[in-house]
Amino acid sequence: MPALSPTMEEGALAKWHVKVGDTVRSGDVIAEIETDKATMEVEAVDEGRVEAILVPEGSSGVKVNTPIARLAGEGEPAAPPPKAAPEPKAAEPKAPAAAPAPAKAEAQPSASKPAPAAQSADTNRVFASPLARRLAQQKGIDLSAMKGSGPHGRIVRADIEAARPGAAAPGAAEPAAAGAPRQILSLEQMGIAPGSYDLIPLDGMRRTVARRLTDSFRDIPHFPLNMDLEIDNLLAARVKINALLEKDGVKVSVNDLVLKASAIALKRVPEANASYTPDGIAMHHHADIAMAVAVPGGLITPIVRECESKGLAQIAVETKDLAERARGKKLKPEEYQGGTFSVSNLGMFGIRSFSSIINEPQGAILSVGAGEKRPVVRGDQLAVATVMTVTLTCDHRVVDGAVGARWLEVFKTLIEDPIGMLV
Amino acid sequence: MAAEFDVLVVGAGPGGYVTAIRAAQLGMKTAIVEREALGGVCLNWGCIPTKALLKSGEVYETLDHLSDYGLSVEKRGFDFAKVVERSRKVAAQLNSGVGFLMKKHKIEVIEGSARLEKGERAPKAVIALKAGGSRTVQAKNVILATGARARTIPAVGLAPDGDRIWTYREAMVPKAAPKSLVVVGSGAIGIEFASFFRALGAQVTVVETLPRILPVEDEEVSKAAHKAFEKRGIAFRVPANVKKVAKSKAGVSVEIEAGGKTETLEAEAAIVAVGIVGNVEDLGLEALGVKIDRTHVVTDAHGGTGVAGLYAIGDVAGPPWLAHKASHEGVHCVEHIAGLKPAPLSAPIPGCTYANPQVASVGLTEAQAKEQGIAVKVGRFPFRVNGKAIAAGETEGFVKTVFDAGTGALIGAHMIGAEVTEMIQGFALAMTLEATEAELHAAVFPHPTMSEAMHEAALDAFGQALHI
Repeated sequence: MPALSPTMEEGALAKWHVKVGDTVRSGDVIAEIETDKATMEVEAVDEGRVEAILVPEGSSGVKVNTPIARLAGEGEPAAPPPKAAPEPKAAEPKAPAAAPAPAKAEAQPSASKPAPAAQSADTNRVFASPLARRLAQQKGIDLSAMKGSGPHGRIVRADIEAARPGAAAPGAAEPAAAGAPRQILSLEQMGIAPGSYDLIPLDGMRRTVARRLTDSFRDIPHFPLNMDLEIDNLLAARVKINALLEKDGVKVSVNDLVLKASAIALKRVPEANASYTPDGIAMHHHADIAMAVAVPGGLITPIVRECESKGLAQIAVETKDLAERARGKKLKPEEYQGGTFSVSNLGMFGIRSFSSIINEPQGAILSVGAGEKRPVVRGDQLAVATVMTVTLTCDHRVVDGAVGARWLEVFKTLIEDPIGMLV
Repeated sequence: MAAEFDVLVVGAGPGGYVTAIRAAQLGMKTAIVEREALGGVCLNWGCIPTKALLKSGEVYETLDHLSDYGLSVEKRGFDFAKVVERSRKVAAQLNSGVGFLMKKHKIEVIEGSARLEKGERAPKAVIALKAGGSRTVQAKNVILATGARARTIPAVGLAPDGDRIWTYREAMVPKAAPKSLVVVGSGAIGIEFASFFRALGAQVTVVETLPRILPVEDEEVSKAAHKAFEKRGIAFRVPANVKKVAKSKAGVSVEIEAGGKTETLEAEAAIVAVGIVGNVEDLGLEALGVKIDRTHVVTDAHGGTGVAGLYAIGDVAGPPWLAHKASHEGVHCVEHIAGLKPAPLSAPIPGCTYANPQVASVGLTEAQAKEQGIAVKVGRFPFRVNGKAIAAGETEGFVKTVFDAGTGALIGAHMIGAEVTEMIQGFALAMTLEATEAELHAAVFPHPTMSEAMHEAALDAFGQALHI
């Protein structure tokens, strides 16, 4: 199982494109792998004949670096089939691995290689020191889901001391552990009869969403700031812009304008374009804006990089392409990992206002509601304007209330008078 | 200039040369600079040659008790020059052994004194070669393992005078055994020399500033050691401050003050063993911006100094000043450089004093544990009821264990008696594996051995000792 992104720990073997006996050349697509965010094609890096498929199609939760197939090299005698053992140990020394190790992963093996799990795959034995076992028992900690920091992943005292009772260790925040119910009561215990519902297994994306958002909501001191924006000028400007772009077949959406205005506001209030790290506050050089896209079974946040320096037409083209490919699960990991700020828009569903959960490690996320005609007060007169409510959810560790408010003020000026985006 | 080596180790003591071997094993092109002798102080002037001297002393002392064993000897005596010669031969043998290891691992040994300058990514070393001339070496990583030397206080005469006032170094090769000796400092080094020269018949007085001898050891062990050494004829002035050490007619006069009274001790020689200072001078460290705290380089969890590509391990990087700690840190540092993610440097480090009787310990003393607010369970077992000890006529001393009462973790072990330095590793291993009383109780100790006292001391902490 190749590591298709630096954070990938396991994948599902969605589809095999080859079968036993097929001859493959370097570069041939041999399988499709589904990770937490996307489905990707795996190419062979070696030539040879497929001697054995070790992981059947449809297998999920296959750990990175698990052999998935065995190739016999050209002219090499076929390795004897593994005797009895279902684990392909015989394949280890000689047979070239079918799993291509992407250059990216090779360049940073220590970063992407997951620490060995304390619990080995083929047995239920937990490797933990006697003291760690006793401490875990005293604190009510489940060792089976934990990763150890000792030699060969052995769980030692320090791991237990770093863990909270009832939870896996911080290092163990992997999808399988965090997405699974921990000390949560079963549905049955809570009075829902078995058989009265269908259970949809958690896929990689659902697990990732569950883990990341739970961690974020629980661990980040977050607060929302609301502001109403009048968007009649923005809508008028959009009509003019789109008239100009019609010949190019490009259509700029309100959301594209929101992305652009966000990016400019982030450059003007750089404190809001920041990430908290234990070593200090990372002040990002660019406004890489992630936009939340609903896809079947979850959501994904593709990124418009260096949004501050891109024109509206380019942003429109990019967002359309990213959204389409996101829905087709065709995004590459680098296209949805590593933004500095997020925009989530539920305006099209008629939602007036909401506050999103921060997309770690970003410092803030903007939630955009529907633009609708509302009564507004001008001087002492009632008037009608198209109003859109936005909410900025801030990580208080980096974005204080006054910083968030300043950002919203700049953003409001840009949205209400879009000509400001040209300045 | 392009990097000539992956790793350059400065100093070939037990920290440095082991670091170099590990680096070479990991496939790194490695060089080591040494200004004096491969093996450093440990192997040439410390741990090893003193053990040779102490063995001579121990054997000689045993002759006093031959009748206990039903034996007799016509006439006992010693040839001091030969005792010293043997210890030098032992050191020389090991020194050439290190040379062999360097060759075997294709580590380039550069004889000279290194001085660091700002280099490319890592500091470069300008080495004044022993053979003359200089050589500049750029490596990708530089590891300082320059060690330490005896602390001296020249203002009160606590500094070697080239004649009768010695540090460990001069004390190792005197022309004759002194008939009387004052040892200033009762740490491991001071106590070992006191024990050795006393065994050869010298009148020895040990002066210690702190309230008890072997002050880093558990208080019960300190007390037992004090008694055991006094029984052998060593005199103590504890606590006492040294006012002045000067040459006198007898050799040396040491003026001390204890409890408001002054006393002058006359002896043929005095040994200064009042701690050590790190070798941080003349290395160019200040200019590189290396942080130095009281003669020791400040390092992070992997030996990093904060200066890119520069690491420090062993004595120069701070206490405890022990060879095995230096090697351990060096291996960790190199594995970290290689990206191997070695286990954190948290294993307990045992300490040994090779006097007669021996003292060995690992982990927290009972007092330290209590200071940390740990509720403790303490076990003790004396060698006087241990079968093997009785048979061997080595009934002095005891084993003491300290457990965390809440978790059952073994957090400290302290021993005094014959061969305890060979046994402490059992407890060190138990602590490294994070054993609790359950494992120590379940383990089988061979009979008859003195190590049975270790088992009993672990049992005793939980009220389960069998033979007492």
